[in-house]
This record gives sequence, C-alpha cells and structure tokens, in this order.
Amino acid sequence: MKYMLLIYGREDRNLSEAEVGAEMQAYFALNTELATRGALVAGEALMPVSTATTVRVRGGEALVTDGPFAETHEVLGGYYVVDAPDLDAAIAIAKKIPGALDGSVEVRPLVVFG
Amino acid sequence: MSDLHAAIERTFRDEHGRVLAGLIGNFGDFDVAEDALQDACVLALKQWPQSGIPANPAAWLTSVAKRRAIDRHRRDQNFTRQQAVIHGEMGYDQTSTPEAEAEHALEDTIPDERLKLMFTCCHPALAVDAQVALMLKSLCGLTIEETARAFMVTPVTMAQRIARAKHKIRDARIPYSVPAPELLPERLTAVMAAIYLIFNEGYAATSGDSLIRHELCDEAIRLGAFLCETLPQDAPIAAEPYGLLALMLLHHARTPARQDATGGLVRLKDQDRTRWDHTLIARGTALLDRAIALGRRGPYQLQAAISALHCEARAYADTDWPQIVGLYGALLEMHPSPVVALNHAIASGEAFGPQAGLALLSELAEALNAYAPYHLAVADCLRRTGDNVSAHHCYQKAHALAGNAREKAFIRSQMTSAAPE
Repeated sequence: MKYMLLIYGREDRNLSEAEVGAEMQAYFALNTELATRGALVAGEALMPVSTATTVRVRGGEALVTDGPFAETHEVLGGYYVVDAPDLDAAIAIAKKIPGALDGSVEVRPLVVFG
Repeated sequence: MSDLHAAIERTFRDEHGRVLAGLIGNFGDFDVAEDALQDACVLALKQWPQSGIPANPAAWLTSVAKRRAIDRHRRDQNFTRQQAVIHGEMGYDQTSTPEAEAEHALEDTIPDERLKLMFTCCHPALAVDAQVALMLKSLCGLTIEETARAFMVTPVTMAQRIARAKHKIRDARIPYSVPAPELLPERLTAVMAAIYLIFNEGYAATSGDSLIRHELCDEAIRLGAFLCETLPQDAPIAAEPYGLLALMLLHHARTPARQDATGGLVRLKDQDRTRWDHTLIARGTALLDRAIALGRRGPYQLQAAISALHCEARAYADTDWPQIVGLYGALLEMHPSPVVALNHAIASGEAFGPQAGLALLSELAEALNAYAPYHLAVADCLRRTGDNVSAHHCYQKAHALAGNAREKAFIRSQMTSAAPE
C-alpha cells in the first residue's frame, strides 16, 4: 500500500547554517534507508509557500491567484510517497522524518484505482 | 421469550467477539465478517430450536458464516468485498456440505483472535469515541441501538461513527495484529484507556438508562479479564492490565451500596458496607497483589490500591487515610491532573484535618473553579472547621454547577444539614 507523508512545518524557523546542515543530513540518511528497503516511491521538498500559485476552475473559468495565504503557521514543506505494508509501518517511517520533530507529518493512504 | 430462545441469544452474545474476530482475520474486512456472522445467526435461529445448541457454537457459527460469505459475495459487485471473500476462501474446502462442515467444526478449535481485534479497535489513528464504540459493537456484541443508548447519542450518529471507523481501518490499512514489542506498551495503554472509559461510562454517570450502564461495567470487566488472560502470564507488561481489572472489580464491588432506594447517590461515607460484594473485593485485592509483585508500578495499580484500602476498612472511620494520601501523591507525580490533586486534597483533609485539606484545596481554586465536586470538597472542609456560613456559600456554588438532578439533590441535602443557625 502506498502512503503519502505530508510534512508540515513553520517556514520562519531561523535555523543556523549548522542546524540546516544537520537536518539535511538527517533527511539524506532517511532517504538512503528508505531506498535500501525499497520503501521509497518518491520524495521532494517544496519551495516556500510564497512561491505558490493556486488554481481554481469555476464555471469553466480558470481563476489563478497568488497564495495560498492561509493564516496557519504550519505549511506544507515537502512530502514522501512510501510503500508500506500497513498503517503502523507508515507511521514508523513518519516518526523518522526530521520535520516531525518540530512540525507534523500527515499520513494519507493513496487511492488505488482499478 | 422461551428459555431456549434466551439461551440462543445469550450464546450469540457470548460467542460474538470470538467468532467475529476469527472471521475478520479470515476475510480481512469488518463488513464482510459482520454480514457473514449475521447470516449464520439467522440460520442458527432456524436450526438450533430443533437441533439444540451445538456443543461448540463458536465453531458452528464460524463454519456457517464462512460458507454464507462465499455464497453471498460470489455475485457481489463490490470489488474490495469480493477480493476479501476470495482471499478468505483460500484453503477452504468448497466441496463439503454445510452439514459436514458443521460436523467437522465440532472438533475444531477456532483460533482466538480477539486480542488482535482489540488492538485494531483501539488503534490511536481512530478517535477515542470510535474506539470505544467499535469495541462494544464488535467484541462485546452490543447492537448499534444499545451502544447509542449507552453514550446518549442517536442510533444514526452511532452507526455513522462506527461506519467511519471501519472505513478508516480498511482504507488506511490499520493492521489486524498484535503490535510489535516496541509498540506494545504504547498500544496497550490505548486499549486499557478505552476499557476504563467503558467502565466509567457505566459507573460514574448517574443519568441515563441504568440497565445499559450496568451492562457497560460488566462488559468492561469482561474485556479487562480477557486482556489479562491473553497477555503472557505474570510478565511485567501485564502489571497494569492486572491493576486495571483489579480497579474495576474493586469499584464494582461497591455498586450495590452506591444507590439508595429512590436511586439517589450514596456517598462512600454513608454506604452500608455489608452490602459490598466481598467476593469481588477478594478477587480484586488478590489480583492487585499479583500486579504489584511484578514490580512495574503504574496509575491503574495505584488507583486500585486506593480502592482496596477503602474496601478493606470496616467503617469509614477505620479508613487508612495517611496511606491513601501517599498513594494519591504518587499518582499525582505520575499523572499530574487537577482532579487527582482534588482527591489528594480531600484525602489529606481526612487524614490530617480540615485545615490541611483547605490549604491544598486553595491551590486548586483557579483550575477547578467551574467543577462542582471542588466546591463541595471545600464546603465539607469548611463545615468541619465550624465555618457554616462560608460552607453554605460553597454548597451554593456547587449546586449551581452540578450537572444532573441527582447530584443537585445530594448537594441540597448536604446544604440543609449544614444550614447556619
């Protein structure tokens, strides 16, 4: 079963260069571990939410706006798609994501069509 | 209802959890398993009045349910359900007749998968109210209507709550297994919390249908006993489950004395202790001793120990309050909460005098200002110091905050007896 692990966190964390480096190393280590186990399907980091564009189609008209301008402090900052036998296995991976330490990780099963 | 019919209903209830757990293990799908069991019960209601209740009703129901699931879903349009049945069919002999199956089943022992079902129902990915509802429905065999009545929601709300939880179990693939050792302590805590919630819903609430509430206590005790029997005997991890069961038994032992003839609540102080169930008290204390011997202290054991001290006192005046204060202190250290602190303060008032109680109570004034039992406790201490005017004022506050009519009536009775001259 495939699960998407959505990593939410604050963008205004003001980390030092050393802290950013340590976090990156932690992500690289996790990537290697997941890839070795064959659990990694995909994973990317997102550019800041200030670069986001929102598209809505209403009545055939595309409405393109800047944003989202959600007032929430935690924004989507990256994701993994992992292959895991069940929810407990997916949660076990989510617990290892560095972003879970100061943000949160939402675990969502992917729809299987067919 | 005839005796036989009642016996059949009772058998359904008793075997429900075990048979359903086995079927879910077999089909990997709650709905398929429930429909199949439903079908098997319908057939049993037709056949058992003639044939008598089989020697191994669980095996009979399981065998018939599996066959029915296959018949029912062979033409099912729903892919997931069909897959579940196909999956469950593997290794199942399709050529035998139902009679042969049922015959064969008499000797079969079906594996007990209730522990797996318990962990699935209490998975932390499910909301606590859904965990509790699922356990009552699937493991205890309560109907949607009974479960709804117990939690004072409409049957529609309860049905939706259960359906949502079952869909999440299926769609997010919440595992149907006993968690790995590293997860076991955490998940066991969730299971125990759900069981204790069921017990408290039956024990603490003073409104609603009393019959169903009594049943909740019984079911919680049954679930707790099952958990204790299933975990490795006398393993350190079993200490808190033993403590939980001991706690429920010791509380339940006092039930006969907790209500007066008119249904009013009788306080511990005023209870007729001869009406306590001393067999249950003996069982509870023996179990608590066994838990403590395992050397892994926890909040359920501490609460059970407090309850045991109350149960052992022949009269209220004989209560070992200093030891109870110590136990509440330990509980407070482990789980700081204003309500535990309130009990600690009340016990201190009993052990060391009303001034000691009031000193501790004053620290809780802000946290518990909207909590009727807090004002009641302050009023009781004030009254014991002789300050009836202040006591009366606190009783009035408690009365205004009390949640139900019985509680209000009780506070009024206290107020009258403490009325300033």
